[in-house]
Amino acid sequence: MAKAKLSMRERYRLLTRDLDWEPTYVDPKKVYPYTRYEGIKIHDWDAWDDPFRLTIDSYCKYQAEKDKKLYAVIDGFAQGQGHLSLTDARYVNSLKLFLQGVTPLEYQAHRHFGYLARHLDGPGARFAALCQSIDELRHTQTEIHTISQYNKYYGGLHNWSRMHDRVWYLSVPKSFFDDGLSAGPFEFLTAISFSFEYFLTNLLFVPFMSGASFNGDLATMTFGFSAQSDESRHMTLGLEVLKFMLEQDEDNVPIIQDWVDKWFWRGYRLLGLVAAMMDYMLPRKIMSWKEAFELYLEQQMLEGLFPDLEYYGIRPPRHVEQAITEKEYMSHQVYWILYQFSFAASFNTTVPTDEELDWMSGAYPETFDRFYRPLWERARRLEEEGNRFFFRGLPMLCQTCQIPMGFSEPGDPSTLSIRTSQFRGERFNFCSDGCKWIFDREPEKYVQAWLPVHQIYQGNCGGTTIPEVLNWYGIQDGVDNGEYLTSPDKANWDKWHTGAVVGGA
Amino acid sequence: MTSKPNVRQVGVDLQDSEDSRALVEAIEEDNPDVNLIRMPGLVKMQIPGQLVIRRETVEQRMGREWETHEFQMNIVSYSGNISEWDDDQIVIKWEH
Ligand SMILES: [Fe+2]
Ligand SMILES: [Fe+2]
Ligand SMILES: [Zn+2]
Repeated sequence: MAKAKLSMRERYRLLTRDLDWEPTYVDPKKVYPYTRYEGIKIHDWDAWDDPFRLTIDSYCKYQAEKDKKLYAVIDGFAQGQGHLSLTDARYVNSLKLFLQGVTPLEYQAHRHFGYLARHLDGPGARFAALCQSIDELRHTQTEIHTISQYNKYYGGLHNWSRMHDRVWYLSVPKSFFDDGLSAGPFEFLTAISFSFEYFLTNLLFVPFMSGASFNGDLATMTFGFSAQSDESRHMTLGLEVLKFMLEQDEDNVPIIQDWVDKWFWRGYRLLGLVAAMMDYMLPRKIMSWKEAFELYLEQQMLEGLFPDLEYYGIRPPRHVEQAITEKEYMSHQVYWILYQFSFAASFNTTVPTDEELDWMSGAYPETFDRFYRPLWERARRLEEEGNRFFFRGLPMLCQTCQIPMGFSEPGDPSTLSIRTSQFRGERFNFCSDGCKWIFDREPEKYVQAWLPVHQIYQGNCGGTTIPEVLNWYGIQDGVDNGEYLTSPDKANWDKWHTGAVVGGA
Repeated sequence: MTSKPNVRQVGVDLQDSEDSRALVEAIEEDNPDVNLIRMPGLVKMQIPGQLVIRRETVEQRMGREWETHEFQMNIVSYSGNISEWDDDQIVIKWEH
């Protein structure tokens, strides 16, 4: 007689609890040596509960199905010349920034969750980390396959892995993730699983994938949504791990509050790149950064999540008020930085069209016409006169977030914000109170930052002239970088869309 | 004006695909107050308090067997806290 099928709950219990054993002839502290030094106290790993109750069989079944669907779409995209159906070749620049910045992070996440799958004491937590490690490898692969589609037709994507280790703007995501990887396991989980994947993920992925869909990019939309379906599991892990730590011991609360504060600001600064993509790099906009910030951060997180965390004694992140103030202008400041320095970037930038300028006036009535429209109109005049504006020289970088110092004083878009700290007789510069606060907590860590501009001046980047540095970056001058209107991408796009009869005499 | 107690929103974002259609209908049936927003490629469903996805309703709409684990094929994101996920239903709500 066939046995009745076990319930989900029972199967999950058998997998994560029944298969586990207590070490007896080796001290458990030696088996799991890394989960004590951060000061987090865990008394009962069994209290860990994974709401997804995933087991190996269902994990494999659904992941295989997701991959099958995704690769069918990518195949269709290749065969049907999907790259020609984009709104405009300009769109591809947002994709370049995303794929260059995120793909290597997926791989780092894969590695680090593999490490957690070995080193967390509780079997439930280890299994969740194992699944996530495999997910993140899948994301790396699907993104590389997408890169490979676009790399056939567009510049800037041929060298993404080396660029991630070398190029100035990619040091922003790289240093963010390295900061997490080099922390202890509980801080990493707070940084990546909670802050990045639960708290901020909706601001990163959802508007971007929706933007891809709106701009005719089926391949990206599909890999993005496919990855996001795993992400809902990662989000759950993030919230679960935070509540688990908070419930285990009251002494954990102040440690976690500090991490929530730190990783909010770290993540928020990183999202500056997303803000610029949403408002400037998508030819067809889905929503402004400001709207996305209000919906996902203010409404869902500050009004939804934080009242829940208050129960444990956690308050909203430090410096969140500054982020709220900045929603009125942050994207404009970041894109202006990218615009000025894109001679050294592996994507193109350009002045927004008239329709886009009008859209921004509507989306940012308080700031756009006063501060940013005049800037873009001046930049356009220069471009039309044949003097496309690029910043001469190299920028000063924030020691913490590594973004060039182009942010303003909170609430005052016309005054540049610079903060400094002294440490061991040296002066360090920061873009904001948040970045300075993070440095001051752990100066020994951040003085080691690999700052791209310092490295160039120290002669560690192939030479001290721009062509030498570009060569070292793997950026082909005149092909991958600079102004969009005069780029090979634009010339090719126009050629592909002239409507000429192919094969005509 | 009387001030209403502030009931916090929860929600799910689903892929706007053929596969999701029956699911969206089932969620609407089981959560009459749900507010539906369509974004490119995406259906966003939000509701004050809690959101339930019931296996039976989904199976009726789909006309086939459906296990709750299959929900991960369609979900893009959610807001709230997954307070229950078993063989019969998924419940999203804030805990405190
Ligand atoms: Fe991922
Ligand atoms: Fe993830
Ligand atoms: Zn900074």
